[in-house]
Amino acid sequence: MHTNSLYQEVILDHNRKPRNYGRLDQASHHAVGHNPLCGDRLDITLKLENEQICDIAFQGESCAICKASASMMTAAVKGRSRTDAETLIHEFRELTTGKLDTGHPHHLGRLTVFSGIRDLPTRVKCAILPWHTLHAALNSIASTSTEANNESTQAVSNHPFG
Amino acid sequence: MNSVNISLKSEITSDVDWGRIRADFPILDLKIDGKPLVYLDNAASSQMPQFVIDRLVRYQTKQHANINRAVHYLSEVATQEYHDARCKLQQFINAREDREVIFTSGTTDSINLVMQGYGRKFIKANDEIILTTLEHHSNIVPWQMLANEKGAKIRVVPINDKGELEVDEYEKLFNERTKFVGLIHVSNALGTINPIKRMIDFAHRYDVPVLIDGAQGAPHMSIDVQALDCDFYAFSAHKLCGPTGVGMLYGKAALLESMQPYKGGGDMIASVTFEETIYNTIPHKFEAGTPPIAAAIGFGAAIDYLTAIGLENIAAYESTLLDYATDCLVQIPGVKIIGTAKEKTAVISFTIDGIHPHDIGTILNQDGIAVRTGHHCAQPVMQRFNVPATSRASFAFYNNKTEVDALVAGIKTVQKVFL
Repeated sequence: MHTNSLYQEVILDHNRKPRNYGRLDQASHHAVGHNPLCGDRLDITLKLENEQICDIAFQGESCAICKASASMMTAAVKGRSRTDAETLIHEFRELTTGKLDTGHPHHLGRLTVFSGIRDLPTRVKCAILPWHTLHAALNSIASTSTEANNESTQAVSNHPFG
Repeated sequence: MNSVNISLKSEITSDVDWGRIRADFPILDLKIDGKPLVYLDNAASSQMPQFVIDRLVRYQTKQHANINRAVHYLSEVATQEYHDARCKLQQFINAREDREVIFTSGTTDSINLVMQGYGRKFIKANDEIILTTLEHHSNIVPWQMLANEKGAKIRVVPINDKGELEVDEYEKLFNERTKFVGLIHVSNALGTINPIKRMIDFAHRYDVPVLIDGAQGAPHMSIDVQALDCDFYAFSAHKLCGPTGVGMLYGKAALLESMQPYKGGGDMIASVTFEETIYNTIPHKFEAGTPPIAAAIGFGAAIDYLTAIGLENIAAYESTLLDYATDCLVQIPGVKIIGTAKEKTAVISFTIDGIHPHDIGTILNQDGIAVRTGHHCAQPVMQRFNVPATSRASFAFYNNKTEVDALVAGIKTVQKVFL
């Protein structure tokens, strides 16, 4: 795999100018995701009305892959239903772990730019962290970690949010 | 067959053929994605020369059996070779006696042995254990576990902006409750060489034993435990061109004898009944079960190999590499070196403005360059410098200036990608 196919212009652009960056004041859902392996931390706030994500924001310290993934994710799920978001979360996990058959119909669109990460197992968690955190937020789990158990993409841990 | 295939003397000499030594390491011929491997992650693990690989093969093909047990030929050969490896380590660190060298699974295991064998027996509630900001997690967590169990307290020596220990502050931490010091010889994250002799001497004024975590010290300089007068010294084979899965703990005989065993099992006993077990003498008391015999013998071969080159020669050569690499990196705008101690091994931790270390590592890898990125199992050091992580290039004696140039070019590529 050539790394250049991962650090494509679209990813570099979202890293430079992340969309939906910040924190919503009136959030209905919130979660913090951690990747203890690299110290990355991501905070997601969103507003869910009638099962629609009407607004979403993220902030945190992370690598370019994680930040671009978060930026593109927020753009992709904004205005979509909770069910649509969960479908995207599932498909993105499948894409980055090399399990998605891109020959079959899917809903990822430009997010397939992350497909190259499947060849860099140590970086998969960077791309997945925002999605993992979004899943936690939608399910009212305040804090989550990529290392909470072995099945990292499924991992969640309950912490009282204070 | 037992001899080292390099004709070098172990005194300081300027005419070591480092190019020929590099050729002893077959893995360095690898191409990564078509690019020559530039292996700069030696602080994590070093590579193995053919001499050690051959030794492992010879052991497995001609000498393997379990040790200390049977009367048959192979068992006697394996027992002798395992013992010889211990003696090589004894000489390598200039220990008084071979029974002061205990084989462990690595530095972490060695430290845990001291925590369990010494700490759990002698450290009590309200006692104080001194550690430093530079410690690797492996010399923090065991002592925290002990402190939590006993109600003891951990005191931490601070560092200055260069990443050097504040020795005056260390000395102020001592009082009548101080019962143990855990001290890293060389910082894995920054390369700082600590003034351990001075610090050991000071601790001994208070009759406090000192454990040196030598994981990053032993590979890069000659160690004399009698001259240092340290009470314990620990390191791993795989950072000294040896195999993984084995390391050693040096301990003063009297201390080791006073300690309780850490693991129970075969070989560590003199006699067993269901009423009572009498423990074996040192070092066997601490080597329960079948040890990593092959790895220990490989460890011995690695010691032969390094000794033939000479640790003084290695230290001098690596120092020239460090100076060259430092001079190159400080000239790149946006690159900041974390850890600028006066006394350093050839480790350069750095950050690049606006670019996360993991992105740096991935893009350098594209050019075949292996560096470590992350917190280096030294989160307190990262917190001190207020960075989540760094990239770290760590050099060995088989690296060269061409590889430093490759790193510099790689960093410029990284900056171009993120321009």
